[in-house]
Amino acid sequence: MSDTVELSTSKAAAIASRPEDTTHAKLEQVVRDFTRPGESEPFRALGPVDLELSHGEFISIVGPSGCGKSTLLNVLAGLTKLTTGSVTFEGKSIDGNVPDGVGVVFQEDASFPWLNVWDNVAFGLRRAGMAGDETASRVEEALDFTGLRDFARAYPSQLSGGMRQRVCIARTMVLRPRLILLDEPFGALDQQTRLLMGEELLRLWRETGATVLLITHSLDEAAMLSQRIGVMSARPGRFLEILQTGWPDDRDSTIVENAKFGELTSHLWSLLRQETMAAMKQSTDGARS
Amino acid sequence: MSLAGWIRLIIIAGSVLALEVACRTGAVPVLTMIPPSEMASSLWKLLISGRVNGDIVFSLTNVISTILLSVLGGFVIGAALHAVPRLRHALDPLLSAYYAVPIFVFYPLLIVMMGIGPPSLITMGAMFGVVAMIINTLIGLDRVPAAMMKTSAVMQLGPLRSLLFVRIPAASLHLVAGAKLAIAYSIIGIVAGEFILATAGVGKRIAFAYNDFDNQMMYGLLLLLLTFTITVNLALSHLENRLRKRWGQ
Amino acid sequence: MNSRRFDMLLLAAAFLLFWAIAARLAGPDALSTPVATLTRAVSLLTAISFWDDVAATGHTMLWACLIVLAGGLTAGLLVGSSRLATQVVEPMLGPLYSIPKITLYPVILLIFGLTPSATISFAAIHGIFPVMIFTINGIRQVPPIYERSARVMKLNRFQMIRSILIPAALPEIVAGLRVGFSTTLLGAIIAELFASTAGMGFLLIRATEAHDVIDIMAITAILFAFAITANSLLMRLERHVRHG
Repeated sequence: MSDTVELSTSKAAAIASRPEDTTHAKLEQVVRDFTRPGESEPFRALGPVDLELSHGEFISIVGPSGCGKSTLLNVLAGLTKLTTGSVTFEGKSIDGNVPDGVGVVFQEDASFPWLNVWDNVAFGLRRAGMAGDETASRVEEALDFTGLRDFARAYPSQLSGGMRQRVCIARTMVLRPRLILLDEPFGALDQQTRLLMGEELLRLWRETGATVLLITHSLDEAAMLSQRIGVMSARPGRFLEILQTGWPDDRDSTIVENAKFGELTSHLWSLLRQETMAAMKQSTDGARS
Repeated sequence: MSLAGWIRLIIIAGSVLALEVACRTGAVPVLTMIPPSEMASSLWKLLISGRVNGDIVFSLTNVISTILLSVLGGFVIGAALHAVPRLRHALDPLLSAYYAVPIFVFYPLLIVMMGIGPPSLITMGAMFGVVAMIINTLIGLDRVPAAMMKTSAVMQLGPLRSLLFVRIPAASLHLVAGAKLAIAYSIIGIVAGEFILATAGVGKRIAFAYNDFDNQMMYGLLLLLLTFTITVNLALSHLENRLRKRWGQ
Repeated sequence: MNSRRFDMLLLAAAFLLFWAIAARLAGPDALSTPVATLTRAVSLLTAISFWDDVAATGHTMLWACLIVLAGGLTAGLLVGSSRLATQVVEPMLGPLYSIPKITLYPVILLIFGLTPSATISFAAIHGIFPVMIFTINGIRQVPPIYERSARVMKLNRFQMIRSILIPAALPEIVAGLRVGFSTTLLGAIIAELFASTAGMGFLLIRATEAHDVIDIMAITAILFAFAITANSLLMRLERHVRHG
């Protein structure tokens, strides 16, 4: 593996604009409860959790189904309010409002079927009122980066699942987010495509210098892509452990050959095995009546 | 054309031909029905003579007004209900039971309230079509994928721009289906109203022609109506299919 | 009482209030009040002559529904069970359904004359479409995996149809029967509005020509109540079939 990486101009600019404090986003004692009509006890989806994200890091969150990983992402993105605790991004508090500079990619295909790829990617920029030629150049840049240049006039329905996710990623990229949140973005794709998309995500991370938080249920994916991994318990999710992987910045999918990779994934599973069984029990308890 | 298409063509052409033969040979008495070819020539003569132009304009104006009212009105009401879940929840049983009631039963009531003429006709037609549009608007807005709604939130679009740029386009298949139904119902409502009781219009002309034993006029106009509604329906279906194709359905 | 029931009651009360106010403003020549309408409806329901007309409409409905049931189901089952037939027929159903069937009424009258048969056939051609459409859809939407599972379980054709296909298609078919009933009722009323000598629709037209507002409103209310009740019962049946 090579040891030096060329910094792209956008990444250099991103690094240069960072404040002295390395904390990019922070969750403190965050709890998210849902009150259900007709039930006396609120449903605790998440927490309490504490998490600090450093500028430009790549962190994954893993945990059993229903543990609240998506809730954590929603809270961080400002898509949902918290019950108690605080969430800050770039020093400012978020509470149910999406701040500037955050991009989100979801598991479900959110590409707009009524627009072609070009218009999809340009969508956010146009709504933000950006000038035509600036929009065009950013869109071209993103299309080139995600390998969609030849499909610019195609409609999402003509593309495969993996390519549609690339459209969503490109659409997010053009807005130059400083924090990129991904909620199981490759969950609907087959394993091989997942591995390649993972490499592309790493490339995106390296090019933009953004902070990336990836939610995934794939231990391999988390172990391969991240510098840190947060392991969550079954619902209500709390962090069991946040570990460091120690991988170099220029890693790619071939890292799976590294002996430490196997140790990492077995450690993750040892933490999660019990939690996963507990989560299964939780989901079947609801079906009994 | 596919095999199914050819079979369909043969069935339609065959039926028309069979009807033609049956009428010409007297198997179907001439007082009951005139041959299709005569219907066509009668319609042609009618159109160039201009005798029924006033009625055609009358009906067409009513139909267009009704369509605008039921499609736009239905959309606005549907979108408004979608924004007030409590009201929608309470009205849901009424909406699903609406077409169980023979809506036409209200026509006499409308006549006494508004008199015979365009207002009662258009109201009747709109009453017929509007709920189909409301229901489809509600379903369409319901089915906007959550990931799209969240994406519009992440792009900080706000409620109005989210509606215009994301929710309406995302619901467009259902909105078009609803409009198709509303349009069909609007045409049916106007023609049926004119037929039953009206001062003018194609429906009224057909009814009067029946009463006067004027089969030429009656069947000529029936053919006009048939052609018109089928053309409109096919055109709308074509639009709908093109939209579906783009969406990959 | 749950909150939706309460809201519905609230809306119903608001509607009645609105009606009463509108009636007072518009005067008895345009709208009768809720109370007056109810009173008239009750007196109609207790009058024997009224029931003669109810019977006439009922007679039409009975025969029309039988035709719709037999014809619509049979046609639907035959077409639905053949992929080619469905491909041929389906594109035709939309345009046919959009034709104002009222325009065919004169043709029917010419064929049958001013007889109950005309009213019955007219009502039937209204209802036959929904039953056919829903039945075809019901059969086509049965997942092919069911049929494959039946083969794996070594069921013969009859067993498969009886224990898998029909239960799987039944909810859609029953929904079609419900819509077919309402549509047939609509057809019957329209027929009676235009050309008949008996029935509820005939009563309505007669009241319209006499500008008898209170009768119009009372009969409309009775028909409205009947249609809603019938629909609720059929919905119960449909729900039972869906969960049972």
